[in-house]
This record gives sequence, C-alpha cells and structure tokens, in this order.
Amino acid sequence: MKTLTNTKWLTACHVDDAVENGGVCIKHEDQQIALFYFTRRNEWFATQNECPHKRQMILSRGMIGSLGEEPKVACPFHKKTFSLRTGECLSGDECAIKTFPVKVEDGLVYIGVE
Amino acid sequence: MVGNKFCEKLLEKSTDFKLIIFSDEPYRAYDRVHLSDYINKKPLEELYMCSEDWYSSKNISLHLNDPIVHLDVTKQYVESGRGIKLNYDYLVFATGSSAFVPNIPGIEKEGVFVYRTIEDLDLIKAYAGGVQKGAVIGGGLLGLEAAKALMDLGISKTSVIEFAPRLMPRQIDQAASTVLQQKLSALGLETLLSKATASIEGDQKIQHLHFTDGTILEADMLVISAGIRPRDELALKSGIVVGPRGGIVVNKHMQTSEPNIFAIGECALFEEMIYGLVAPGYEMAEVAATTICEGDKSFKGFDMSTKLKLIGVDVASFGDPFIEEPYARTIVFEDKNKGIYKRLNLSPDGKHLLGGMLIGEANSYNMLLQTVNNRLVLPENPEDLVFGERSASGQSASTGIAALPDDALICSCEGITKAQICHAVTEQNCENADAVKKCTKAGSGCGGCVPMVKDLVTMTLKQQGKYIRNVICEHFQLSRQELYDLVKIHELKTYDEILDGLGKGDGCEVCKPLVSSLLASTWNEMILQKGNDTAQDSNDRFLANIQKGGTYSVVPRIPGGEIRPDKLIVIGQVAQKYGLYTKITGGQRIDMFGAHLNDLPFIWEELIEAGFESGHAYGKALRTVKSCVGSTWCRFGLHDSVSFAIRIEERYRGIRAPHKFKSAVSGCIRECAEAQSKDFGIIATEKGWNLYVCGNGGSKPQHALLLASDIDSETCIRYLDRFLMFYIRTADPLTRTATWLNKMDGGIDYLRNVIVNDSLDMAQQWEEEMEKLILAYTCEWKAAIETPQIRKRFSHFVNVPDEKDTSVRFEEMRGQKKAADWNTPSITS
Ligand code: SRM
Ligand SMILES: Cc1cc2nc3c(=O)[nH]c(=O)nc-3n(C[C@H](O)[C@H](O)[C@H](O)COP(=O)(O)OP(=O)(O)OC[C@H]3O[C@@H](n4cnc5c(N)ncnc54)[C@H](O)[C@@H]3O)c2cc1C
Ligand code: SF4
Ligand code: FES
Repeated sequence: MKTLTNTKWLTACHVDDAVENGGVCIKHEDQQIALFYFTRRNEWFATQNECPHKRQMILSRGMIGSLGEEPKVACPFHKKTFSLRTGECLSGDECAIKTFPVKVEDGLVYIGVE
Repeated sequence: MVGNKFCEKLLEKSTDFKLIIFSDEPYRAYDRVHLSDYINKKPLEELYMCSEDWYSSKNISLHLNDPIVHLDVTKQYVESGRGIKLNYDYLVFATGSSAFVPNIPGIEKEGVFVYRTIEDLDLIKAYAGGVQKGAVIGGGLLGLEAAKALMDLGISKTSVIEFAPRLMPRQIDQAASTVLQQKLSALGLETLLSKATASIEGDQKIQHLHFTDGTILEADMLVISAGIRPRDELALKSGIVVGPRGGIVVNKHMQTSEPNIFAIGECALFEEMIYGLVAPGYEMAEVAATTICEGDKSFKGFDMSTKLKLIGVDVASFGDPFIEEPYARTIVFEDKNKGIYKRLNLSPDGKHLLGGMLIGEANSYNMLLQTVNNRLVLPENPEDLVFGERSASGQSASTGIAALPDDALICSCEGITKAQICHAVTEQNCENADAVKKCTKAGSGCGGCVPMVKDLVTMTLKQQGKYIRNVICEHFQLSRQELYDLVKIHELKTYDEILDGLGKGDGCEVCKPLVSSLLASTWNEMILQKGNDTAQDSNDRFLANIQKGGTYSVVPRIPGGEIRPDKLIVIGQVAQKYGLYTKITGGQRIDMFGAHLNDLPFIWEELIEAGFESGHAYGKALRTVKSCVGSTWCRFGLHDSVSFAIRIEERYRGIRAPHKFKSAVSGCIRECAEAQSKDFGIIATEKGWNLYVCGNGGSKPQHALLLASDIDSETCIRYLDRFLMFYIRTADPLTRTATWLNKMDGGIDYLRNVIVNDSLDMAQQWEEEMEKLILAYTCEWKAAIETPQIRKRFSHFVNVPDEKDTSVRFEEMRGQKKAADWNTPSITS
C-alpha cells in the first residue's frame, strides 16, 4: 500500500459495518468508493466503485479472491477481474481501476482520498 | 513491428553483428496491431514490443525520432535527420507504410485524421471530446476498426463510407457484407456503400461531406482509411528499384536491387504484392535474417487469411474466399435472424476445401484454415464443417487436430508448427496454453490460434496417458463430484472451512459460487448465513438478478402459473409503488424489473405479506413448472395438469442444483405446456403420466426423452426424487440435465436402469436425502428481511444507508421504464 504525504483521510465506516471477505460502497462527495475487507488475509483495500468495462457502479458488490498471490475483485456483470493492490485489469484488455490507501484505527476505517 | 522482429531473429542466429536502428517515430517499437486498445486507455507501456533496456542488453543502438534522410548505395552510408552519418555492411528497410490520403478538395480541413500511429491516435483523442458525428472513409478492415475507435470515444453517431458496393471488399462477398452491415447497424454503426466523396466542406473545420451522387453527410470529424502507401520514398531517391504503384521490389530472399540492402514488412513488394499484415512481415524478417547469416531460406508468398472481432462481430476469411463455379463448389449457410453467414468453397470434386468466409460466428476458423492449408481430405458431408459447431464442438475439433500433419502451421504470427507445440508438452512439460506460450511464443501475436493451442495441449497430454482432471480452479485441485463427496463425508458447512481443509489460496469467482451451490444442495440451509453470503454468486447474494445499470428484478413464485385476482392486484400495486417495469415472463409468471437494491427488502416485505414467496429466478434451482389448463377446463384434458404442476413446483422449490432446472405438465399429448423441452416434463395419458427427462430449450434445444410411461402420480414423484438427486450428485458445474445426459456413458438406457430399476442400489438413500432437503425448505426472502444483519446488506452506501445509488438511469418506453443503455459502447462484447 502506498503511503502518501498529504493524504486526506475520509472516515468511511465502522469495522463492524464492513462485510467480511466482501465489499461495501462508500459515498464521498460525488464519488463512489468500494471498500473491501479481505478478512482471510486480514487486509483492507479500496478502489473506485465503477467497473470500467461498461461503466457500472458495482465493484463493491463483486466477489473477491486471489490469482496466485494477487488479491482481486470480479465484477458481477461480466466477471472482469481487477487487482485490489494495483487496480490492474487481470482479464486482458480492459483498463485499470483507481485504488486508494486504507487504514484502520480504533475500530474506524479510513480511506486516503487525496 | 517487423524491424524489431528482424533484430530478434538475427540475434538468435548470430551475435557477430552490431545493430543500429533508426526510427521516424518518437517511440520504441510498439504493437500496431493492437493500436486501438490505446483508445480504450491501454497504457502505451503495455503496447511496447520489448522493455526499454532490451536494446542496451543486446548491444543495439537505438535512435528514436531520427529518420534516415539520405542513403548512398555506392559509398554504403546513411545519414539521419539529426546529421548522424554511418557506414553499413547490410541495410534493412522496414519502413512500413503510411495511410493513403486521396486528393479530395477540403482534405486539409481541421478535424480530418488518419489512423496509423500513436501520434495519430493522440490527435484523434484530443479532438473527439464533444464531437457528435463522426465519419470514416474506407470500409475495409482498418476503416471499420477506426469506426469502432470513434464509437469507443463516445461518438455515438458514426458512419462508414465505402466506395465499393460492399464492406471489406478484399475479404468478403456481397451476401456476407449485407449480413455484416445489418449487424453493425444494430450496434449503431451506419454504413454507406457505393459512395464516392466529392469534397469536404466547412469553414476551417469539417462540417459536411459531399458525395458525387449529390447527397450530403454531416460530420464533425473524419478519419481517412482508404488504403496504405508503402514508405519507399528514401529507396526511390537512392536509386533502388520500386514498383510502378509503390513498394520496394524484393526477390525471394528479401533483397532489393542492391543485394546487401533488404526490404521487409509493409514497404516490401514481393511478386507485385504488398503484404499488409504482421504474420507475413515476420516471415520476411526470418528470411532476411537467415539470408544475412548465409543460410538458405526463401519467401514463398503468404496466406492472407484473417480473423478478427469487429465491434464484437466475428469476421474471418481464409484461403481463396471468392473462388466460384466452375472452379469450385460453394456451400452457403445464412441465418439472417442471428446475423450469421458462412461460405465454404470446395474443390469441384468435393474433396478439398479451397477457402471461405465466416461472419457472426467463427469458432471453426482455425480448423477450416488448417483444412485448407494442409489439403486435408474433407469428410463425407462437408456441410458438417459449418453446421458442426452445433454438436459437441470439442469432439470434432480434437479428432480434427489429430489429423493435422506435424508441420501444420498453428501460430502464423510466430511461425510455430503443431510439432513444436506438441514437443513443448512432451519435452518441456508444458501442461497448459500459457506454458506453451512462454516456451514457444505460440499465441503471443494476434492470439487467434490460442483455442487450437489449448486443444493440442489437451490432446497431447491425453496421448501421454496423463489424466486430465476436470479440476475446479487454481484453488481446488478436485472435480466438483470429488468435492461434493468430501463435503458430505466431512460435514463441512462453510466456504472458509472447505477452502482451509481442501483448497489453497483465497478463492475466486469460479470456486466460491460452486462451493456455495454444493453446500446448498447438500444441506439446503439459508444461503446468506454469516460467513457464506460473500461466497455466493452476485445474484444469489442479493436474492435477485442484477440488471443493466445495477438494479434488480423481482420474481415471486407463481406455482404452475396459476394466480388469483387479488394476488395479481398486489403485484400491480407493488410495481406501481416502487416504479417497476412489469412483464409476463416466458416461464408463466411475472417479472418486475428496475428495483433499487435499497428497495428490495421493502418490496419483498409487501409481497410476502400478501402470501408470495421467492421464485428463485436468481438461483441454480427450480425455476418454473409450467402447466396447461388441463382437464379442469380443456375439452381434451385427461388429467388435472395444473394441480400436478403446483404440487411438483412446491415440492422441489428452492433446491439448489448444478444448474437451474425447469419443468412442465401438459394435460394431453397436444402438449400446450411444452413439457418435452424441459429438464423434466410430464404428459397426461389415458392411464397416468408419461415422464420425460433431460430436455432443454435455450441455445441448443433438445427434446426430452421418455423415462417411464403410464405411471401414477406417486411413482412419478419417486422417480423424480431419484432423478434429481442423481443429477445433483454427479453433474459438472453449470451443466443442465440435457448436457449431463449427453455425456453419460450408456445414455438414457443407463439412466432408466438407475432410476427405474435401481441398478445402483441408491434409490432409497436418494429418496431420503430428497425428503430432508424438502423439509429444510424456507423462503429465503422471508429469512432475509427478518434477519437484521442480512437485511442491512441491502443498501447501496454503507455510510449513508438510506440513500439510493444516484448513478442509476432509466429511460421511458411505452409508458413504462427501461434501463438506460450501457454508459460506453461495448469494446469486445
Ligand atoms: C425473464 C425471462 C425472460 C422473459 O422476460 O420472459 C428470462 C430471463 C433471463 N434468462 Fe432465461 N428467461 C426466461 C425464460 C427462459 C426460457 C423459457 C422457459 O423457461 O420456459 C428459456 C428456455 C428454456 C430452458 O431453459 O431450457 C430460457 C433460457 C435461458 C438460458 C439458456 C439455458 C440453456 O440451457 O441454454 C439462459 C442462460 C443460462 O442459464 O446460462 C437464460 C438466462 C436468463 C437470464 C438469467 C440472463 C442473466 O443472467 O441475466 C435472464 C434474467 C433476467 C432477469 O433478471 O430476470 N435463460 N429462459 C424468463 C423468466 C422465466 C421465469 O419466469 O423464470
Ligand atoms: C490500426 C491498425 C490495425 C491493424 N490490425 C492488424 C491486424 O489485426 N492483423 C495484422 O496482421 N495486421 C494489422 N495491421 C497491420 C500491421 O500493423 C502492419 O502490417 C505492421 O505494422 C507492418 O510492420 P512494419 O514493420 O512493416 O511497419 P510499421 O510497423 O509501420 O513500422 C515502420 C516504421 O518505420 C518508420 N520509418 C519509416 N520511414 C523511415 C525512415 N526513413 N527512417 C526511419 N524510420 C522510418 C515508421 O515511422 C515506422 O515506425 C494493423 C495496422 C493498423 C494501423
Ligand atoms: S433471451 Fe437473452 S436477452 Fe432475452 S431474457 Fe433471455 S437471456 Fe435475456
Ligand atoms: S461491467 Fe464490469 S465486467 Fe462488464
């Protein structure tokens, strides 16, 4: 995960509100961010909620998993998969998605939005 | 592209040469074939053909953005634009071509582009913002690709203008063009044929195109794709022989009129032909490199067969696509409805395939191309080659590849033969197509041969006696059936337990839904219990089918299709209250579309209150048991088909299986419920019921087969319990009953022996297991709305749970709503 110097941390939700081994969607101004709690690996990830394939606001409802070591999410519409770490599209030609840093403090989840 | 390949090939053969590359473009060699991906935001980094440090690691000097401007063939030196002067022993032209720009008045206007380089695309992208109407001159391969790029850039009204009376005039015939044109127009691309452009009008910027027939087309932007022009200008200036219509003339060793100067790729003219594809260019690179290393290899011309996906439509042409009577016999297959056109040209004696074309469906392209290139003798009914895709295609392809000779060229981009691929499997232990790609480079070019590489790997592994297990995915080295047995034996109940105990890694979108469905078939517990919800397929996870735009559909169960007026009214009221689109489904019930995730629990609360329950339209479970009205009203009805349908639907509702399954009951042999197209269908006879099994509608319709005749209701249900349990236990994931039976050794006779005669001695166990599943049934929507943790998941934003997704868009149609179209035009379907 990248550490940014001037990160603005958005308070996303309580740890308890996140879905274990799945995603939830966070509204941040006009943006939608998908937040994933990869409980199996004890890792958190955040990406844009929009799937670039057909530009659907949906990735938070996608299924997460791994390809080798790489954590990934699969879009529910046509099962394109994206790396949760880098945002890279793992199923060929589609473009990458944006990822955000996440931190957890005192039971609250924060997403680095800038 | 070809210049770079030449360097690779030369270095493989000898390290005695010092290589110096000059390029006109500011970028190192990139993959022009996939140039359009750049429009769809593929980073340039991924289009490069080699890493940045490849050149230095091979001791190659690379001069970018510095074209050669002068060549002295007698003193053997070149001079670059930046003034570098160098002597050479050998010189290779791989200067490619530029777009041919016809001399139309107004062509210099702003908004007119060509489509060849990264720089062209950058200009096009920069101009496209805000453009409404786009046009492309040229309806060939590249023109259609450019049109697709304009659509991908969001220019929804794009037209292609072609001078000839058909699209892709060099590859396909008139009838094929008509089918392609229809398909393209359905995708929003207009084609104008037999149109010659007289002028481009507009002040400064393009606004209109005027045609010679007097018609006009509005366009804010135009891409010219009227053909290519070999870049032979330097050769011409230096006294090297070029053809009358361009192209540097070469012999079969790729030598120009100066024996130590070579030309390869799109700038080379071999036997009066320019080869505008990469595969022949790569072969030329191989020939030139061999000649320079004093080997003996010659270029023998090249097959110009192509297969591509244009805006999601498969188009392929191979061999001689146009040859006609009396030199050939032609077989044509056309399905206007589906937009499929196939033409095969056979030798007059019908023994060999000479060429053909495929539009709309091109799965058999590789096999057909191999059949042409290797002069394979055709089967007795050559039409099977085009219709054959309907039957088990895996089978016909594998017997097909076995018949290919060892030197059959499989990957024409990289020149890899069947023998090399099989060798990679036997000697280098490659066990899948990816490994073969790494070892041999097969499939790394255009990728068209990958399906065939896969088939070859499977065939070779089988020949070696290696057991090809149908494993689930990288996380489970087990087949579905093995996993099913293990889950039962160890009484495993959650996905995580199963992954920890029997798998590895963190799971994926293949194994999670599969395991969830196994768990559901085995225990029939509420599928959304904590820990299992995120392992469900998206539709199961939200107990509804997701639709375009991210809303859901709501389908309450209406057993047998029978519904009381008061319940109809409730459906109407609910649909009205939540603004849902309503439609009668093909399964005799009512679907309400366009529900926001947040609304689902409220909608179901009202439906359940009125006595409805989940219809499992989202699950791999029983869908509908359709009925005809039967003996209660119909003058021909033999028994009460509606009551029996309701009984069956209520018995098997909610039971999870490898795939969805459907049923129907008809009151007589007129068969108004279409029972013979169902996974199990029941038809009334004078003496009882006839039970049919393993039918299928859908994409490969298949009639159900008679399992037992004239049986009473109780027997029928007993047989069904056994039949369904046998299916649930043994079918592969996502296999309908028809396909399951097709793969079963012994077919229907074996199945009848198992179900009716209990040949496996399993009947009692299966009946008991089924009884347990039936007892465990509850309506999962009821459970979902009553369990707070589950209900909480039905909201779009976790931080503002009451707010609905504002990105959802609808449009109006016939007084109801429909989902707005996808936000972007599709890229590859
Ligand atoms: C709604 C409905 C169309 C309609 O408006 O009439 C429909 C809609 C869908 N069908 Fe269907 N099918 C519908 C009746 C049928 C029928 C007719 C029937 O059941 O008598 C068939 C042919 C019969 C058969 O299945 O053998 C049918 C054959 C398919 C198939 C092809 C199955 C096959 O074996 O080839 C699919 C694809 C699949 O399941 O993989 C499919 C898949 C789908 C999906 C689930 C596609 C998807 O993944 O989104 C559609 C879901 C829409 C939704 O969200 O509700 N649908 N579909 C019909 C719902 C019936 C119902 O009340 O449950
Ligand atoms: C959009 C598009 C899609 C395509 N799709 C396919 C496809 O699906 N399948 C297929 O087989 N083919 C396809 N092609 C064709 C394929 O890209 C060409 O056949 C291939 O690039 C030819 O390689 P080349 O090395 O001969 O020429 P190029 O790749 O054009 O390379 C020539 C290079 O030489 C440089 N140059 C020219 N003159 C000089 C000079 N005097 N000094 C220095 N440098 C110079 C040029 O700037 C250029 O960089 C496509 C082409 C385009 C444009
Ligand atoms: S036929 Fe195709 S488009 Fe129509 S409902 Fe079924 S799956 Fe959807
Ligand atoms: S919209 Fe995400 S894969 Fe198609």
